[in-house]
Amino acid sequence: MSRTDWIYLAYLVTIVCFILALQFLSHPARARNGNLIGAFGMAVAIVATFFTPHLTNYASILIVMAITAPVGAYAARAVKMTAMPEMVALFNGVGGGAAALVALADFHHAIPEPGRLDYNESVSIVLSALIGAVSFAGSLIAFAKLRELIGGRPITYPGQQIVNMGLLAALVALGGVIVFGPQKEILLTVIILGALAFGVLFVLPIGGADMPVVISLLNAFTGVAAAATGFVLHQNVLIVSGMLVGASGSLLTLMMARSMGRSVSNVFFGAFGQLQTAEEGGISAEGGTVRSASAEDVAVMLAYADRVIIVPGYGLAVAQAQHAVRELADELEKRGVEVKYAIHPVAGRMPGHMNVLLAEANVPYDQLVEMDDINPEFERTDVALVIGANDVTNPDARSNRASPIFGMPILNVDQAQNVVVLKRSMRPGFAGVDNPLYTLPNTQMLFGDARESVVKLVAAVKAL
Amino acid sequence: MNPGFLVELTVLILAAFLGVQVISKVPTLLHTPLMSGTNAIHGIVLVGAIIVAGIPGQPTWLRVVTLTAVALGTANVVGGFVVTDRMLEMFKPKKKREAAAEEEAKAE
Repeated sequence: MSRTDWIYLAYLVTIVCFILALQFLSHPARARNGNLIGAFGMAVAIVATFFTPHLTNYASILIVMAITAPVGAYAARAVKMTAMPEMVALFNGVGGGAAALVALADFHHAIPEPGRLDYNESVSIVLSALIGAVSFAGSLIAFAKLRELIGGRPITYPGQQIVNMGLLAALVALGGVIVFGPQKEILLTVIILGALAFGVLFVLPIGGADMPVVISLLNAFTGVAAAATGFVLHQNVLIVSGMLVGASGSLLTLMMARSMGRSVSNVFFGAFGQLQTAEEGGISAEGGTVRSASAEDVAVMLAYADRVIIVPGYGLAVAQAQHAVRELADELEKRGVEVKYAIHPVAGRMPGHMNVLLAEANVPYDQLVEMDDINPEFERTDVALVIGANDVTNPDARSNRASPIFGMPILNVDQAQNVVVLKRSMRPGFAGVDNPLYTLPNTQMLFGDARESVVKLVAAVKAL
Repeated sequence: MNPGFLVELTVLILAAFLGVQVISKVPTLLHTPLMSGTNAIHGIVLVGAIIVAGIPGQPTWLRVVTLTAVALGTANVVGGFVVTDRMLEMFKPKKKREAAAEEEAKAE
């Protein structure tokens, strides 16, 4: 066997590892091992690549890797649990950027002195440059939105879709020029720059609440870009791994959009979350009165209830209130109150995000109840305690056709005997729409930082 | 069209079906870690970056481009796997979690 054969054999090991990794990642108990298997496969591929015949520049490659690896590891370790989604966006973006740059370098090496590239190679180069650059720019915008470096609200202007479509069409046409016309490096550079602009324009009009779906789609994009790179370099390991991610990422995007009750096209082109105009009807938050309660009032209500459902949202996570909430739940259970947590599929900022956060606070797994199972129970519940959740409890999603979130499945919090909402202020939620829940007669608001409020509640319940 | 391309295309299509198949039964609670895990896997583009960075006789601008690709790919791989691991660390089996809770109580 030649050296190249050994390398390909090592890549085969990598491919098997990745497939096993994905399979294991689909089961809670084995997921962590799955990730480790994936990391092992990646290490095998990287080591094997260094044995590629005629490879040079070892020193500079290794130095660059030795500098970047600790930076990446540090960034991933230092980030707070609540900021995970934006970190995923960032790491996804850099992968897309790498694919675009690899395409650019490939193009330089692949252009034969006289003559032309094979169609399969030129098409692959154009695709990986285009998709990689879109993913890079789009992911950075998603990162900036989640980090709130730029506003989470959609940024729109008239004719936006036409501009975006026009730009995309121009980029595809330019790609056609590279495939069939003169194969100039400047053309590919222009494609990459144009694709960067398209990535920005594509994500800007999408509301912050939809970022998880966007990141998932861009994740699939980067996978496809990596697969396209594989066609240029003739490396099956890139084709298979890239396409595995491309396909599973696309399916995941559909599943996420479905769990939010939205169609994918609605997410990407709906410019969701624009401010509603007052004329649109429905129950307006301004129409009713907001009743504010003290921590002591709420503590009494909770302590003498039979059934309490806690509805955690992103505000809880931001305030790092999960440990205080568990303490409150323990205190209530000591008094014989039945406590459950209602988990909306997109509670937090990503599907499954809230489960992770509550697991961190050692909340028993069996107390977390998914939306469809808990919704019938609200009618029999004495107090629904909404902590930092907003849009996922908005009754307009059920009843007000004019609402931008109409049709999104929600937790039927309003059907509980009493609703207590812990909230910082009357500001609308991430989706930027008013929530009529706050003015219902059975609702009371407890204003303040979520963690401080819960700590006060714990103290008040203990004092009873 | 060379026959190698058709083989590669076959591999691509099979990988697409496999990708859909392996994650079709993933529960909602694992959506985020799965996204993060697949994100780490497409860091395989680092292999491509190393290959192009190792081609001899590159002009300086190209050297910058390829080494930047290596840097970005490395960040994708390392960051991707570490973030995923941190998320999944939280999904401990029940017994371990109770033990962890007890430890925490003692510490307090």
